[in-house]
Amino acid sequence: MNRFAELLDRLVLTPSRNGKLTLLTDYFRSVEDPDRGLALAAITGDLTIAAVKPAMLRMLVMERMDPVLFGYSYDYVGDLAETVSLVWPQSPGDIANHEPTLAEVVAKLQAASRSDGPKVLARLLDSASISARFAIIKLVTGGLRIGVSARLAKQALADLGKVDVAEIEELWHGLTPPYTELFAWLEGKAEKPKKTAVALFRPVMLSNPIGDGDLEKLDPADYAAEWKWDGIRVQAVSEGGIRRLYSRTGDDVSGAFPDLAEAMDFSAILDGELLVGDPLQATGTFSDLQQRLNRKSVTPKIQQQYPAFMRCYDVLQIGDEDLRARSFRERRGRLEAFVQTLDPSRFDLSPLVEFTDWQALEELRRKPLHPVIEGVMLKRWDSPYVTGRPKGPWFKWKRDPHTVDAVLMYAQRGHGKRSSFYSDYTFGVWSGPEGSEELVPVGKAYFGFTDEELRQIDKYVRDNTIERFGPVRSVRADRRQGLVLEVAFEGLNRSTRHKSGVAMRFPRISRLRWDKPAAEADRIETLQALLD
Amino acid sequence: MRASDLLHPRPEGLYCPAGDFFIDPVRPVNRALITHGHSDHARSGHRSVLATQQTLDIMGLRYGEGFAGTTQAAALGETIALNGVAVTFHPAGHVLGSAQIEVVHQGSCIVASGDYKRQRDATCEPFEPVKCDVFITEATFGLPVFRHPPDTEEIARLLKSTAQFPERAHLVGAYALGKAQRVMRLLRDAGYNRPIYIHGALAKLSDYYQSQGIDLGTLEPATVESGGRDDFTGAIVVGPPSAFADRWARRFPDPISCFASGWMRIRQRAKQGGVELPLIISDHADWDELTATIRETGAGEIWVTHGREEALVRWCELEGIAARPLHLVGYEDEGD
Repeated sequence: MNRFAELLDRLVLTPSRNGKLTLLTDYFRSVEDPDRGLALAAITGDLTIAAVKPAMLRMLVMERMDPVLFGYSYDYVGDLAETVSLVWPQSPGDIANHEPTLAEVVAKLQAASRSDGPKVLARLLDSASISARFAIIKLVTGGLRIGVSARLAKQALADLGKVDVAEIEELWHGLTPPYTELFAWLEGKAEKPKKTAVALFRPVMLSNPIGDGDLEKLDPADYAAEWKWDGIRVQAVSEGGIRRLYSRTGDDVSGAFPDLAEAMDFSAILDGELLVGDPLQATGTFSDLQQRLNRKSVTPKIQQQYPAFMRCYDVLQIGDEDLRARSFRERRGRLEAFVQTLDPSRFDLSPLVEFTDWQALEELRRKPLHPVIEGVMLKRWDSPYVTGRPKGPWFKWKRDPHTVDAVLMYAQRGHGKRSSFYSDYTFGVWSGPEGSEELVPVGKAYFGFTDEELRQIDKYVRDNTIERFGPVRSVRADRRQGLVLEVAFEGLNRSTRHKSGVAMRFPRISRLRWDKPAAEADRIETLQALLD
Repeated sequence: MRASDLLHPRPEGLYCPAGDFFIDPVRPVNRALITHGHSDHARSGHRSVLATQQTLDIMGLRYGEGFAGTTQAAALGETIALNGVAVTFHPAGHVLGSAQIEVVHQGSCIVASGDYKRQRDATCEPFEPVKCDVFITEATFGLPVFRHPPDTEEIARLLKSTAQFPERAHLVGAYALGKAQRVMRLLRDAGYNRPIYIHGALAKLSDYYQSQGIDLGTLEPATVESGGRDDFTGAIVVGPPSAFADRWARRFPDPISCFASGWMRIRQRAKQGGVELPLIISDHADWDELTATIRETGAGEIWVTHGREEALVRWCELEGIAARPLHLVGYEDEGD
């Protein structure tokens, strides 16, 4: 249990992806079965433990200590799980010679009935050290919140076994905790687990961005073009009566889209974009789609308001026939015929874009016919469907990003290589009537600049600090003085969480406008005009 | 004699009218008794200072030789009479030279403990409980949430991290007096033999610790002149916490920021400070040490100062021990 607790403690404070991967692979390498598999399940959200409510936790600790002292403690720490883990009273006799393992903790929690759950939890807390208590409480209150996605955990497994992460994703849904056969394979002690389950995820084919000079080398006749839709990439797998929708990283998202899953009354594997709205009438924006994302389940009302559909652009399998080795041209023909047999309110075909040369396509890309289009895709007519991101067969050619001139308001110190640099910037645009304008924050960005530019901004921040809050500095920013940043971003969503009412997608610093007076930065209306 | 007549707070610090002296005064006074060398307790400019030799030495290093008009060294356990008041210094286990001050007059005995801890520390004399009527305790970590783990476990985590991330430098923030040397000594005791790189602010005090027989091994200045950036690959660098937010830290390759402090017990504190590897190593007593010490002194009355007084006073009430906060101004309760 202590090793798992230590892993959680380190992950939550480690900002870099590589750092997290190292911590995870080291853990998987050094911890034995079944503990490591259970830890993996806890991280990917595949571990089922009956939840204990925060109020119950509070009651348990209040039975054991002075409520006034608990009150002082909770006020100071601010987090219930952490406070309880720290103040839980412990007499020296409580710690058994043997600290419980993660497997023992999970077994006891899973075996507990609803009524004796709290008692079982209390006994476990008695026997554990402070960080182990914290980890136990996190397990039973649900949600580890350690900043590690299931995808990252799978990448760590791939690093451990020196295999492609696609192989793990493909197997994943056929495996269950504690994943003993998976670890045995990754450590070279056993064969790769057989895919026994049906309706598994098939690793998807990805594209490369068109870079400078790429197009000159390509013959337009070799490529098909289609619009790039701004939804989420999904794979619809319907096999042996089982229907699943997977995200492009193999997460099962069927639960969030029962309306679409319902319509998958076929036997095939389709690749496409998940969007909301009515394919025949109007395609919803990404903002609309967000109403349906990151939900475990979804109410009928939301389903009705934002119906999900799939815009199909490839087919991997029809019946038992695997089509992945066939050319894109052949798959496209099969797909066109197949989509015609499906419910037209749930499935449609991503249309091809006719073009003769790159210049003509460039014009179409700049002026797409629909706001939900974010560029064009190029696919080689003769390309098979292959896993990963091979260079050549598929390209994405995105529309140019939006830009806005904003004023730097706050700067925060970075981590690792950047721990002594103010490298995370919050910026704002002007709002309010003329004569009493004020800055309203519209986003945060921490990349897009060169190392030299970072040094310049850092110096500017240090020289123009007006207030400090821990690692954050507020920087002088008014009509007369302020640093203008040109910020590039992919799109804008409405947001009730931000004062400005907008949230940027993928913002980054594209240029430093040392030349531009702060008063001439953009106004909030410029951004509002971009909404829908 | 009533205890509050023997010692009571004045704006300058804790004052003993009978002996005409202050304990750890925050402003220049005629006669000061000083528990230890941290700058909020040991200030310069007093006419005369009575402290342990090591505390006097440390003050000399920090403020220069003329830090006081006259100085007198107090040997641990030896009683000195000041205007008929008997004063004895006892080890406090906080940092090198740190002492509690026992004040006895007309049958009344008060121990002003200054800052103290009970965990074993190879860089200073261990705390010695003294029976008394009134025990004046600090309360820096006076909340039940503060429970310091064994320091050896914390150092083991640091060493594990250096093995996990051999390409990165580990920057350990630690206060220049006491904590820094304790961390270095713990590293040596854990078998770490490579040179430890130190910030310039640590050099004089670390040399002094070594001269007092506390072996810290090979210490190298963490300067660019002493080598290129790559020389710090895999290194452990110790410096004052403030230095790591500074441009100074840029000379190290992709550093992992570590901070050795009792405050690191609280995750949010670590997060806010941008600390990736918190090391819960404290020179102050944690909650369990505070309460155990109060019991051990057998004191019938407890005065609680600098820190979270209210929780400790509450605990004393529950235990049936008279207690009150002693409002002394000028001590930084943040330092650890």
